[in-house]
Amino acid sequence: MAEKVLMKGNEAIAEAALRAGCRLYFAYPITPQSELIEYMSKMMPKVGGTFVQSESEIAAINMVYGASGCGKRVMTSSSSPGISLKQEGISYIAGASLPAVIVNVVRGGPGLGDIQPAQGDYFQATRGGGHGDYRTIVLAPSTVQEFADMAPLAFDLADKYRIAVLILSDGLIGQMMEPVEFQPAKTDEELEELGRQHESWCMYPNEDEPNHHHHIINSLELDPHVLSDLVLNLEKKYNEIEKNEIRFEEYNISPDNEIVCVAYGTAARITKSAIDELKKEGKSIGLIRPITLWPFPTEEIKKAVHNNVKKVLTLELSLGQMIEDVRLALEGKVPVEFIGRVGGLVFSPEEVKAKIEEIL
Amino acid sequence: MEIIATRPKSLTKAQFTYCPGCTHGISHRLVAEAMDELDMRNKMMGVCPVGCSVLAYNFFDCDMAEAAHGRAPALATGMKRARPDMHVFTYQGDGDLLAIGTAEIVHAANRGEHFSVFFVNNAIYGMTGGQMAPTTLPGMKTSTSPYGRDEQDIGYPIRACELLATLEAPYYIERVSLLSPQHVLKAKKAVYKAMKFNKEERGFTFIEFVSTCPTNWGMEPMKAFEWAKENMLPFFKLGVFKDKSVEEEGK
Ligand SMILES: Cc1ncc(C[n+]2csc(CCOP(=O)(O)OP(=O)(O)O)c2C)c(N)n1
Ligand code: SF4
Ligand SMILES: [Mg+2]
Repeated sequence: MAEKVLMKGNEAIAEAALRAGCRLYFAYPITPQSELIEYMSKMMPKVGGTFVQSESEIAAINMVYGASGCGKRVMTSSSSPGISLKQEGISYIAGASLPAVIVNVVRGGPGLGDIQPAQGDYFQATRGGGHGDYRTIVLAPSTVQEFADMAPLAFDLADKYRIAVLILSDGLIGQMMEPVEFQPAKTDEELEELGRQHESWCMYPNEDEPNHHHHIINSLELDPHVLSDLVLNLEKKYNEIEKNEIRFEEYNISPDNEIVCVAYGTAARITKSAIDELKKEGKSIGLIRPITLWPFPTEEIKKAVHNNVKKVLTLELSLGQMIEDVRLALEGKVPVEFIGRVGGLVFSPEEVKAKIEEIL
Repeated sequence: MEIIATRPKSLTKAQFTYCPGCTHGISHRLVAEAMDELDMRNKMMGVCPVGCSVLAYNFFDCDMAEAAHGRAPALATGMKRARPDMHVFTYQGDGDLLAIGTAEIVHAANRGEHFSVFFVNNAIYGMTGGQMAPTTLPGMKTSTSPYGRDEQDIGYPIRACELLATLEAPYYIERVSLLSPQHVLKAKKAVYKAMKFNKEERGFTFIEFVSTCPTNWGMEPMKAFEWAKENMLPFFKLGVFKDKSVEEEGK
């Protein structure tokens, strides 16, 4: 096994992306993700890849669109305000069925907000965010290790489904240092193989007739019947993803649970500490931690909330966004309580413990 | 029988969807002829804009990408960086390049990206039905400047070539017109030159076509040519604004 290194989340995801074969990266600086763009500026030339600090996040995501249209593994990253600017490009990427990886190191909002960790971008991430009917896969890490592991996963999913994959981290996981172990870097042969998988549709050097190709990377279709078919095809892909790609973690889930918590990312980490404390006092509290926020583990939550569970507690660093999906999953079966913090504040394990005790 | 003119190989057989008398067809043909003459078709990727030429991907017979409004230079940057072994061009209108996409064109030019930009200046938003463009002339009436463009209120037209020529990186910048056969012949030479520099990986090349939009100007095509000669050419002066090959080869 490879040795562990102590690294900031933002650097770990950058290193993991390079190892996963990312050779093109376009981004604009913003706190709290700047270590990511800085790491790429330093390391990308060393692996013979392309780093461009773009003039804006709009330009960065459109550079991603262009590079992805050539069938290459490409990534961009930003934090909340920059991700808002990328929504135009993400919608076009969805329309043109292009693979892409986008990292959001979420900070407090709305507007310029602050630079502390937050989870206020859940709606934007899971509801599409830009215009039109589309989905992006959303992965939410809760440790630096998981953040790093999500790079190869995100590229694989993006390639497999020709879809944008959003990694929804936050300022805490981006800035925190933890030991990480990296998967081995892709070899040149593997990268070449990856490059060939998209030749049926991407732009690449041409030949004269009869082997001439005329590949068009495009989201425009003026005939409503044809566009309807295209969007329905996207829906088929989304259904396939919902069937195959749901990821979640169960923590202390048991038939004894009186309360089941639902939390992701940093909020889930804190919830685990509170659950451990309560366990020492003989109280059995379970946690479901969605790892894919879209597709959302609806059935899995329903299953974990068995008949002995009296209440479900959703914990988020927002006014309550994922709670809507939790309520939809439970269809009114049990009351869903909420604890949240906004503005870049984070609840402590003690506060979570107190909230659980209050509703027990 | 001798064939003296035929469809360039770099154009598909699809019929243009432009209005009768529109100059988009001429500029398409010039770009395609240069691709043929320089044998670039099989190494070429093009980017079409949002504007009347939004369907240009059906006309150029090479791999093509359709950009969001104004973003063609960002796409082209990503494409050229992903495929340095290929060549790239963008084809953009005045609203696309000088309004919504100003940041993208200025910065792509400033980075000296290795692609060619073909810029169609028809002083109007053709596709959306004739609204005011950043190149609409002072006093010119459009559907959103019904009393004529008031430069005191909304500013003067922007000159793309002059603006980009202030930057260090661009390799070749020229403004040509499509308003008469003589002008078209000159334009053909400029397009060829830009494409040749593109093929030779010399840097960023930019050709502006002073064009017409008879439909939205509300003129017969021939009248539109005359009007443009009288009104556009004094403001948008034809000529070479930057040519680094002169310094490189001139010694
Ligand atoms: C974000 C966005 N805003 C507005 C539009 C609508 N729109 C389509 S084409 C166009 C103007 C194009 O004008 P120009 O670039 O001059 O090209 P032309 O049609 O004159 O060739 C506009 C405003 C759009 N498609 N996308
Ligand atoms: S609207 Fe104007 S620019 Fe567009 S195709 Fe017609 S004449 Fe050409
Ligand atoms: Mg125009």
